[in-house]
Amino acid sequence: MAVAATTPRSSTLRGSESMAQRLDLPRRITFLAAAVVILLVLLLLTFITWNGVQIFFHSNVPLSNILSTDWAPSDSPAQFGIFPFIAGTLGVMALAAVISTPLSVGLAIFMAEIAPGWAKNIAQPAMEVFVGIPSVVWGWLGITILVPWLRQNLSWAGFHLGFSWFAGSLVLSLMILPTITSISYDVIATVPRDMRTGSLALGSTRWQTIRHVVLPAATTGIVTAIVLGMMRAAGEALAVQMVIGNRPVMPTGLTDPLTTLTSQITLDMGNTVAGEAWNEALWTMGLVLLIISFAFVAFVRRLSRKKSYA
Amino acid sequence: MTTEENVSIAEPPTTQVAPATPVAIRVAVRPEGAEQVVDNEVRIKVEDLNIYYGARRAVRGVTMDIAANAVTAFIGPSGCGKSTILRCFDRMNDLIPDARVEGKIVLNGEDIYAPGVLPVEVRRRVGLVFQRPNPFPMTIYDNVAYGPRRHGQSDKKALDQIVENSLRRAALWEEVKDDFRKKSGLALSGGQQQRMCIARTLATEPDVILMDEPASALDPISTLKIEDLIHELRQRYTIVIVTHNMQQASRVSQMTAFFTLGEDRAGYLVEYDQTAQIFTNPKQQLTEDYVSGRFG
Amino acid sequence: MTRSLVWDRVATGVFWAIGVFVVLVLGAIILHFLLASIGTLSLDFLTSDPSRTELGGVGPILWNSFYILVLTMLITVPLGTIGGIYMAEYAGDGRIPNLIRLSQELISSVPSIVVGLFGLALFVTALGWSFSALSGAMALTVFNLPLMMRLSEQAMRAVPQDERDASLALGSTKWQTVRHVVLPLAVPGIITGIILTAGRIFGEAAALIFTAGLSTPMHYDFTNFDLTDPQSPWSPFHPATTLSVYIWKLNSEGLGNYVRQIADTSAAILVIAVLLFNLGARTLGSVLHRRTTGSR
Repeated sequence: MAVAATTPRSSTLRGSESMAQRLDLPRRITFLAAAVVILLVLLLLTFITWNGVQIFFHSNVPLSNILSTDWAPSDSPAQFGIFPFIAGTLGVMALAAVISTPLSVGLAIFMAEIAPGWAKNIAQPAMEVFVGIPSVVWGWLGITILVPWLRQNLSWAGFHLGFSWFAGSLVLSLMILPTITSISYDVIATVPRDMRTGSLALGSTRWQTIRHVVLPAATTGIVTAIVLGMMRAAGEALAVQMVIGNRPVMPTGLTDPLTTLTSQITLDMGNTVAGEAWNEALWTMGLVLLIISFAFVAFVRRLSRKKSYA
Repeated sequence: MTTEENVSIAEPPTTQVAPATPVAIRVAVRPEGAEQVVDNEVRIKVEDLNIYYGARRAVRGVTMDIAANAVTAFIGPSGCGKSTILRCFDRMNDLIPDARVEGKIVLNGEDIYAPGVLPVEVRRRVGLVFQRPNPFPMTIYDNVAYGPRRHGQSDKKALDQIVENSLRRAALWEEVKDDFRKKSGLALSGGQQQRMCIARTLATEPDVILMDEPASALDPISTLKIEDLIHELRQRYTIVIVTHNMQQASRVSQMTAFFTLGEDRAGYLVEYDQTAQIFTNPKQQLTEDYVSGRFG
Repeated sequence: MTRSLVWDRVATGVFWAIGVFVVLVLGAIILHFLLASIGTLSLDFLTSDPSRTELGGVGPILWNSFYILVLTMLITVPLGTIGGIYMAEYAGDGRIPNLIRLSQELISSVPSIVVGLFGLALFVTALGWSFSALSGAMALTVFNLPLMMRLSEQAMRAVPQDERDASLALGSTKWQTVRHVVLPLAVPGIITGIILTAGRIFGEAAALIFTAGLSTPMHYDFTNFDLTDPQSPWSPFHPATTLSVYIWKLNSEGLGNYVRQIADTSAAILVIAVLLFNLGARTLGSVLHRRTTGSR
């Protein structure tokens, strides 16, 4: 055998530590890239908050005006009550959650417990495609197909259903379905197999096992999934704006047109002038949305700290 | 090389013998006869090694000298810390967030835990073969050349030579010499993968090779091949092997260290002596109980 | 049959019904748009300029969608992947990594319309870029950076610890391990993440309304490379309505006889794009996965 080739080596265990090694450049550079998000959050907070409070400090509109239920920015004196929009957002979100949850959780259970392999192979990609459909497409679908259908088939003398709270929530419920389903599915699938086999070995049916063992174990996770779905519903702008009718009044009934924070911003932003109270009120609505989203994040974090089974 | 006729596998201890009389365990005898370790230099000096996980002490006060160019076996019941101690020798324990090491481990005159010492440099001198083979998803060539390349070797001819030498020394060359440049390391059988992992370690030219139960995931034939390999390798390298298989320890090693768990749940060194002594005439009662199968 | 068995049958039926219903609804939606666009969707439609009097096409608008997609990815992918490397390999559980995680969650929670407002305040107004593809791409970067980071982090965490241990035991540094072992194994996952992110960006509208604007040049001369010319398709400095925004704009302005047709066909294009992105992610993911895990 020829003389063995060798790899150069330093003489001590302290090595020939170069400047580069001591600096640990890879760690620093990757850290800087990761820390960009911290900077972005701070910028977001700063700009939205700054613009959102201008209505109080620059245009001197009192808080009572903002929190009223009167939205009449072109009147004099102008009224900038954004409460109707807050109510609209919450209402649309709540109803969407109510409509979507049984479907989404049911689908998650179907995929996790009941569907045979081939059915899963259809349902899984279907969910992924569902998630990817852009919100404008949902909105366009709503306005061209859903609203006319509602108007034709679910309206009769005295009961008019078209652009409305109901239409908005219906479209939203389909949009948030994949969100709730995929998270619920992950949670349900993580429930240990042993729990299921234990229940079945005691002579329970599959449904009894799902109802009394699997679901209770997955409850916290499913609640988290629903909350995340609601978060998405609250933040949705375009699809909602296209089907809810956009009347800036407090919603009184499911068939009434109404407005949400997001849709009002979408509608008015282009028509207002920067520096004027109307424009500033829109920024305040943006700030309210920001606060709502951050509150949701805090709530979800709290939820995840609880565990449903050891 | 061991041939079939010469190997006598250790028999399980018979239980009907009265406990007072130690039962002799026959060890595999190699053609060269029972080996004794005399006058070997010391490769690693361990001085009062204590290992903590957080506040809990896992290993207590180990002091021993590892002989160069010999195979030292660590034996003992599971959980007594043998693997933990082994992994201190190449500072792989650093990877466990809670782990803390006190004491000295001196390799070639330098304490590897002294401040300023780079774990990377330690690992270039002390190799580790894992229980389960873990080849990279690369060709056999790239697998074996991985270490030298990372250490700065880029000359193609030198690498070719290093790879061939390592594969020869790991007794894998004959089986892969036709396609080792193209074949993926993952396409080998379990035993071949482990020998490739050994070749990979050899390519870094370590002074010491650590082996953490290297054959426990392999079939009996591959196990014997690995044991033969260890026997060959000790001419050039210092080997420390952790094994839960006492027969393997007695076949393969010249020195044996027996560890066990104390009442404080910390592992400690009970007895450290030449292998023949440990298995035929141990000095500690605990050792004797263990090697005769009464516990563990 | 006992009561519980009856309920079991009922429940099974209900769940099947839900599963079938949801898949049918999705299928119906896709089918609806595909059918609605028959007759209008053609290469001509995809490439011609929009017209105020006739049907016209969506050429420049489709270009804007791709242009903004590419521009956004150019910033998001490197930044997100490198950040993901930090989170997967270097970050521990300290205060700053947790702050990064919190920031990721917070940004992901912000409604896209509010991100658009932020873009309006920062990029359009404060930095003076006014309505432009650049402002739009930056707003989309803000929005998708946490997603890209999380997906690449996940892809790297999926690499088994065995591989890292093997590399470190051979004396490589942490960065060498990341670069030569972890990253290559994580590439399929990262690419899948890129395709998924791209799909999301392509369909985005709310964040672009106030950043990329609601208007666009009606005609692009692709030989015009003057980046300062607001009519050049290669310039990022002019307003650039994308396909999604265009649908919304058609809905709110609703002028002309062909609004329904154009919007339906544009929606069909978006749906087909989603299907293609999804298909791409799945096939690419499994092909690369098979290649890097060898013939195990």
